[in-house]
Amino acid sequence: MTLLLAIVTGILFTAGFYLVLRRSLVKVIFGLMFLGHAANLLIFNIGRLTKGAPAFILEGNQTAVEPYAEPIPQALILTAIVIGFGVQAFAIVLFKKAYQMIGSDDINSLKSTDRIA
Amino acid sequence: MLLFSVLSGIIVACLVPFLFKFGRKPASIIISMVPLSLFLYYLFNFGITDNLGYSESIEFFPALGVNLNFVMDSYALIFALIITGIGTAVFFYSSYYLAEHPYLDRFYIYISIFMASMLGIVTSDNMVIMFIFWELTSISSFLLIGFKHREEKSRYSAWQALLVTGSGALALLAGILLLYVITGKMNFSEINAMPGIIQSSTLFLPAMFLVLGGAFTKSAQMPFHFWLPNAMEAPTPVSAYLHSATMVKAGIYLMARINPAFQGAIEWETTLTIFGGITMLFAAYMALKQTDLKRILAYTTLSVLGTLTLLIGIGTPLAMQAMLVYLIAHALYKGTLFLVAGAIDHGTGTRNIDEIGGLRKFMPITAVAATLAAFSMAGVLPLFGFIGKELLYEAALQPNLFGYTTFAIVFLAALFGVVAAGMSAIFPFFGQAKYPNSKPHEASFTMYSGYVITAFLGLLFGLLPMIVSDNVAKAVSDIYYNLPVAVSSSMYLALWHGFNLVLFLSLATLALGIVILMFRKKLFAIIRKINLPEYLLPSKGYDMSISILIASARLTTKVLQNGYLRNYITLILITLLILTSYSLFTFSDLSVISLYHPVTIYEIIIAAIITISTILVVKSSGRLQAVAALGVVGIFVAVVFSIYGAPDLAMTQYSIETLTVILFVLVIYKLPKFMHYSKFSHRMQDFFLASAVGLTMTILILMVTANEMPTEFKEYYGKTSYLLGKGRNIVNVILVDYRALDTLGEIVVLSLAALGVFALLKLKKDDRGFE
Amino acid sequence: MKSIILQTATRYLLPMLLLFSFFLLFRGHNSPGGGFVGGLVASAAYALYSIAFGVEEAKKLLRIEPVYLIATGLMLALFSGMIAFFSFDTFMTAKWSDLNFPLFGKLGTPLLFDLGVYIVVIGITLKILFTISEEVKP
Repeated sequence: MTLLLAIVTGILFTAGFYLVLRRSLVKVIFGLMFLGHAANLLIFNIGRLTKGAPAFILEGNQTAVEPYAEPIPQALILTAIVIGFGVQAFAIVLFKKAYQMIGSDDINSLKSTDRIA
Repeated sequence: MLLFSVLSGIIVACLVPFLFKFGRKPASIIISMVPLSLFLYYLFNFGITDNLGYSESIEFFPALGVNLNFVMDSYALIFALIITGIGTAVFFYSSYYLAEHPYLDRFYIYISIFMASMLGIVTSDNMVIMFIFWELTSISSFLLIGFKHREEKSRYSAWQALLVTGSGALALLAGILLLYVITGKMNFSEINAMPGIIQSSTLFLPAMFLVLGGAFTKSAQMPFHFWLPNAMEAPTPVSAYLHSATMVKAGIYLMARINPAFQGAIEWETTLTIFGGITMLFAAYMALKQTDLKRILAYTTLSVLGTLTLLIGIGTPLAMQAMLVYLIAHALYKGTLFLVAGAIDHGTGTRNIDEIGGLRKFMPITAVAATLAAFSMAGVLPLFGFIGKELLYEAALQPNLFGYTTFAIVFLAALFGVVAAGMSAIFPFFGQAKYPNSKPHEASFTMYSGYVITAFLGLLFGLLPMIVSDNVAKAVSDIYYNLPVAVSSSMYLALWHGFNLVLFLSLATLALGIVILMFRKKLFAIIRKINLPEYLLPSKGYDMSISILIASARLTTKVLQNGYLRNYITLILITLLILTSYSLFTFSDLSVISLYHPVTIYEIIIAAIITISTILVVKSSGRLQAVAALGVVGIFVAVVFSIYGAPDLAMTQYSIETLTVILFVLVIYKLPKFMHYSKFSHRMQDFFLASAVGLTMTILILMVTANEMPTEFKEYYGKTSYLLGKGRNIVNVILVDYRALDTLGEIVVLSLAALGVFALLKLKKDDRGFE
Repeated sequence: MKSIILQTATRYLLPMLLLFSFFLLFRGHNSPGGGFVGGLVASAAYALYSIAFGVEEAKKLLRIEPVYLIATGLMLALFSGMIAFFSFDTFMTAKWSDLNFPLFGKLGTPLLFDLGVYIVVIGITLKILFTISEEVKP
């Protein structure tokens, strides 16, 4: 599955970056969400896959007995998922606001604010 | 207690806003009590009881050897007493001088922070901690020079001072780190005990020059001197305190403090002597060209700083003794003269020496103080400055690297010193009465008490040099490696040394100075006419590098930040691609990737569903369809989590997917429809770029997973999470116990995101001038 | 979106989901669950309610402004780390009571921290959802 999941992650990255490069605001948001999934899967996969053995210390034991999943990437991903949601909400609202103000969802029309003399 | 005394200025700075609630006058008096009580504390606790070498240490960052080590030795004590003593005079003086200023509270905040950081510099034994205080003085000096920030010139000078001393400080940090590399030690006391190791190291010269870079910029040696005269934009008490008595001496402090480690190295002595000598002469000459009282004083300060550097360069115990005496004498008379200049400005409304004269009738008390200070500066007999000058001549006459040239320079600079003393402190008060506007008035008691005391201290130390003699001798052994006890105990200060060569030279200097002063009109006319060509001035180099910096910043911004998101991302991706594939193909062996992994049928199904939904999102033309397909991707990612031993992740992902769908349902019809803006060629280009990155990521994952996984952390958590963390769910124990600080940071970020959403939506269009 | 079926179902689902979220929170230290998941489930329950009855009703049911929840949660998490100060340990050192409670197991500061996380998560999710839906409605 490592190989398969690596390929799926590659596809998710491809989709994410492709969408982020689009000019339509909504597509950029979708792209960000794809990138979030891809990054989580990347960390998850790199922490090695352990089928059906969560990082628990079973009742009756004092220490964890192999095999059990690597807990650190999981802790990282858990917060990343929730933060991803916060970022997503913020991005949606930001883009919606930009759309209201500029009257267009073409990102290229936002560049006037970036121009320097 | 020592630590507390050092930091008390910062504590007071925090209290200033509250103190000012009780009124400006009482607040400024209360704040002025702080340097006074610190002065008394240092004087009685260390000076009189001789409790020197006292140290305090608190562990701060032991892994890197950075600890709060504070030491009070004789050398530090001299500085601590100057800082708090002149500080007391300045604090009281300011309460009247700036009484009407609207930002008096800010002034006290800045100057209290400055005092604390200056005390920090002179008492820190740890070099990194000293560096932090060093930077703090630069920052507080920046704020104080720019105190009248509405004036263009103040802002320019403040920036200049900050940039020059700041870049010097960077060099200093690098020098400190090099010394750490050489010796493995972070404390002055340890470094100073191993000059042999340091001077034989190949890194010795870089380390020395980097440290000097910091010291020379701070103490305004040529060619970094130009910020100091410009710093006279600051209010006069600030000039008296920072830019003459204390901060500019930090560089001198550092050079002498680290002298034991570098002492005896020919490069060290040569560099210091040359730079000190040039600064001394150049500044003395420049002083004669000025008409502004404060600028004259600034250039004479520069000249003295050069002298002190030169004395450290000569490097004999006698030179060190001369350096310390000269330093104390200078702090006393120059502090006085600056405060007097402020009083003249306050009383007459001008600082131009051509416009004032004979003020002694209107400002008698100030005139006495000014005369005493001027005599000390010129080296007239019973004053402390005279002892300083005698020692200076004696030290310069000792055998040194440059022979009699050194003495010639010292003699010339001292001669200019006499002339400058006459110009800045004698002529404004004597001769024919001359003032621009209304009748000048004497300064108030709060103002003059400070500088009268410092002026009389110059007389007292001159008459009774034994007050300081002992401590100066001890301080010399603090800054001189392996000073023989016999030399140390034979060092004493005396006003009268009998009729000898040095006395004769001193008198000759005075006499010659008086002669020059008699013909000053003609001489000044000539000197003011000679101008150095502008392109030779280092300040031009500063201006030029600043404008080059700004132009290049503008250029890079214009090229890189061109306003098209697509270009930014393309650039980032291409960089990522190049760097990753370069290291992948050069440093690693791709053949380790094993393509054989057992796969079950349902895993293929999951992968297929994620892939198809992903393609659907990218290709879809409807928003609802895209949201639904995206939801499917999320759900199946969660399925992957649940199969591979991460039930917590799976649950979180499921709940987040639910909430995301609700979020999109709420806003979907407010969002614009899917549009195709990009050209076909752009789309193809992006597709290839994105695929290349995706492929790189896949290879990267396979490369990493083909290697052995280190297991220490996993084992540690597996073993201890129940016994120490009392939880069986290791992931949760990591989140709420082992790495709880990270989690705390993350929930703070989340809260900010929520507040950001709220703020964005409640921001009304017309608030920002749109529509 | 007024649907009788959804409204009736929500009436029963809400308390159950909230109870479930508490369950997830408290057993999180030993089994799958924890503050993040628990908070998300609880806010999903309120989100469901707001879909069935409207945002105003959901707000009324919550009674507290979500921003206060955020603040309370953050303070709680911070405070749980500061308890260690009482025995002169560094910030965030875990402290446990020796008593065993039924249902919770041992009580300790990490549990308090997780409770803080739980409250923050509810606060931010509802703040975001309420703000956005309010903006959309009028």
